[in-house]
Amino acid sequence: MMIEPRGGISKRMQMAIPVIAAFVALALAALPLAFAGAPIFPAYWEMFNGVFGSMFSFTEMLTRATPLIFTGLAAALAFKARLWNIGAEGQLYLGAMGAVAVGTGLVDGPAILMIPLVMLAGAGAGAAGMLGPAILKTRFGADEVVTSLLLNFIILIFVQMMLEGPLKDPMSMGWPQSEPILDNAALPRLSDVLPSQITIMDRMRIHSGLIVALIAAVVAQIALSKTTWGFKIRAVGENAAAARHAGIGVNRTLLGVACISGALAGLAGVSEVAGLKGYLTTDLSPGYGYSGIVVAMLAGLSPIGVVIAALYVASVFVGADSMSRAMGVSSFLADLVVSLSLISVLVGGFFARYRIRFTGKAGSPS
Amino acid sequence: MKKPAILTLAGLTKRFGDVVANDAIDLTLQHGEVLALLGENGAGKTTLMNMLFGHYTPDAGYVEIVGEDGVAKRLPAGNAQAAIDARIGMVHQHFTLAENLSALDNILLGSESLWGLRRNRRAARAKIEGLMQESGLIAPLDEKIGALSVGERQRVEILKALFHDARVLVLDEPTAVLTPQEADSLFLALRKMVLNGLSVIFISHKLHEVLAFSDRIAVLRHGKKVGELVTADADNTQIATLMVGEETALPERETCEVGAPVLELSGVTVQRENARNSLNNLSLCLNAGEIVGVAGVSGNGQSALAQLISGLTRPDSGTIALAGDVVVAPTPKGMIKARVGRIPEDRHHDGVVGSMTVAENLVLERLGDNDVQRHGFLRKGAISDHADDLIKAYDVRGPGAQARAALLSGGNIQKLILARVLEKEPLVILANQPTRGLDFGAAGEVARRLMEARKRGAGVVLISEDLDEVLSLADRIVVMHDGELIEAGTRDRAAIGLLMAGQAA
Repeated sequence: MMIEPRGGISKRMQMAIPVIAAFVALALAALPLAFAGAPIFPAYWEMFNGVFGSMFSFTEMLTRATPLIFTGLAAALAFKARLWNIGAEGQLYLGAMGAVAVGTGLVDGPAILMIPLVMLAGAGAGAAGMLGPAILKTRFGADEVVTSLLLNFIILIFVQMMLEGPLKDPMSMGWPQSEPILDNAALPRLSDVLPSQITIMDRMRIHSGLIVALIAAVVAQIALSKTTWGFKIRAVGENAAAARHAGIGVNRTLLGVACISGALAGLAGVSEVAGLKGYLTTDLSPGYGYSGIVVAMLAGLSPIGVVIAALYVASVFVGADSMSRAMGVSSFLADLVVSLSLISVLVGGFFARYRIRFTGKAGSPS
Repeated sequence: MKKPAILTLAGLTKRFGDVVANDAIDLTLQHGEVLALLGENGAGKTTLMNMLFGHYTPDAGYVEIVGEDGVAKRLPAGNAQAAIDARIGMVHQHFTLAENLSALDNILLGSESLWGLRRNRRAARAKIEGLMQESGLIAPLDEKIGALSVGERQRVEILKALFHDARVLVLDEPTAVLTPQEADSLFLALRKMVLNGLSVIFISHKLHEVLAFSDRIAVLRHGKKVGELVTADADNTQIATLMVGEETALPERETCEVGAPVLELSGVTVQRENARNSLNNLSLCLNAGEIVGVAGVSGNGQSALAQLISGLTRPDSGTIALAGDVVVAPTPKGMIKARVGRIPEDRHHDGVVGSMTVAENLVLERLGDNDVQRHGFLRKGAISDHADDLIKAYDVRGPGAQARAALLSGGNIQKLILARVLEKEPLVILANQPTRGLDFGAAGEVARRLMEARKRGAGVVLISEDLDEVLSLADRIVVMHDGELIEAGTRDRAAIGLLMAGQAA
């Protein structure tokens, strides 16, 4: 058996792989679904209906996708530069804390000032969260996988401490939660912004964080492909030695990417706390930071791809919730489908780049 | 007088995708002869030997070896163990020794049973010492490989093959890393062993050693065998013609007006843990319009010198001056700005970003220029036009400006780097091993471009392990040894060779 590289990968092939992988993942997940005793096709129909069955469920999916777009972008940009930011979860909480710190009454003003201020505070806090590991990496060669990952737990405990202390809401009857974000600092619901023909229901939780996320994706896409900054990120990521030799400031580029990546993850926290929940608790994120890594990989690190991948992952999560309610199977199946999708994409990417030839009896490889 | 054949390769063919690396090659090795396998880079020499050794499975053809009983036996395809059992020994260009084991352990490695309780090292040592006496290949058996010189390591590799009772020995570019003196003694030893019944194939692209030490020469070109001749009847130009297919002329040397100093290193010391990367109170003066050739065996500080001129290393003491101005804190960017063109030693690793396009690689060093970007946005049209111009001017062959640079061959990647460096009309050019691994055509092109830059008034520092290249291109030769530079003051091969080995002539 021999593994040989293929010449090049066509654009169409690159697009097709994730789509095929998604279906392969669903097909593979049918197996445990059958073991759980659920009829496969009705179960998947429930899953589909749980997302596309009503306007409400669809907007629920979009709400779930919003933080995933942010954290997906955070991972995609960092990974492009081969900066392995595994700390988006912690940066998300830092961002939420930054938003809460300035948005709960420290300052007050009209919404047009307060909303940018809250976002800036969250983005800055998130950026600071990734800047530390990046400095340790560029200065001392410390592995940022380890430092950024472990920082997640430190930050979460720090958030806990703050919620028990200075950030605690005195009106919360002892619950560890922050004071609520001021109304004029909160990201408005889409139902308040868009014309009423589109927003047929008041219950919809979807908020303008989605718009910010989409803008961020477009800006990231343009920055990567059309600016010298994006050029430097790609050069540093693909061959740091050649970039350094060519006079590109490798460390400077890495520190810049770290800031932007952390800021995007921080915005995920802002969007959750100021757009959805209204106050900060330690269960703000069900692992959006980690899921962002999956989203970025599914997207092949393309910012526009991140949007699509985030919608897919959010659909699986929301759909699986609905399926588990209707069919009585565990909603952990959603995690399974997402994981299988990632594996399928990675395997698919491998087969796109290499072909395996069976050559009968072959010698030992050299 | 025809000796009996010991090894026959018949119609060996190997394809990699659409590329035919070996096309129906027939080759016979006679008992007790030295056969030189000659060819440009990419001619298919190594592929052929890898099939002989069972590392590759041929698409067609077979290998036949005559056993000690005189019976010809076909080797099963793609089976390295069969080749070892048939007592074919191979010494690779890149050694396969464990650095933290002694020479003796390395030789014994793989020959001892896993289940043996006792190691019969005394008998093994006696056998190796006997081999050393017989062949004249002396190596310190109890030293760790890491402490040995390159020449000694190679001797250990050869002894390892002999210890396994090799009847056929294949050497892949054995002299690439040796000083001329070391190379001579290697060939003397090989001669001795051939008298004792060994048959040798050695791969090379150095004409003079092939002419001096082989019995027969087989020439490969573009995966085909284009000629086979008896060394005694062959001459230089005839073989060169076979190899390249056409007459190659060395670049015309025109005398050039030598101008003011463009690069001065004075008393530069760089101290690193690894002696290979250290410089020792080194001084060098490069004038406009001259090529200074830095000869020397690799690992004597050449890479440190190159890093220094590239701006990748700062000297611990001493100064660098460009056109009279001292560079305070050298950086790659600063050096590029001061019009120092740098051709890196490892063109794949340091020269290009393989997954980016040819056009992008051509502007890698000048992202800030106004024809590359405006307000931070890339001017894709201008970059693409610029690439088309340079591709045409420097004859970079490949799938085009928008293809990934990794798809280019080594020679064309080097042309890309040349284009990027020379278009800025640099004052100083650092060319570190600029033709290593290139075929004659591409190497000639590089040499011609460097001569052209010199004529324009640039100063060139040419670092090369290939003494022939230094001799043919350089106006002045300095020899690097142990982090120091010595003015050679001569063009005599033997004298330079002695300096390279660290002995004053």
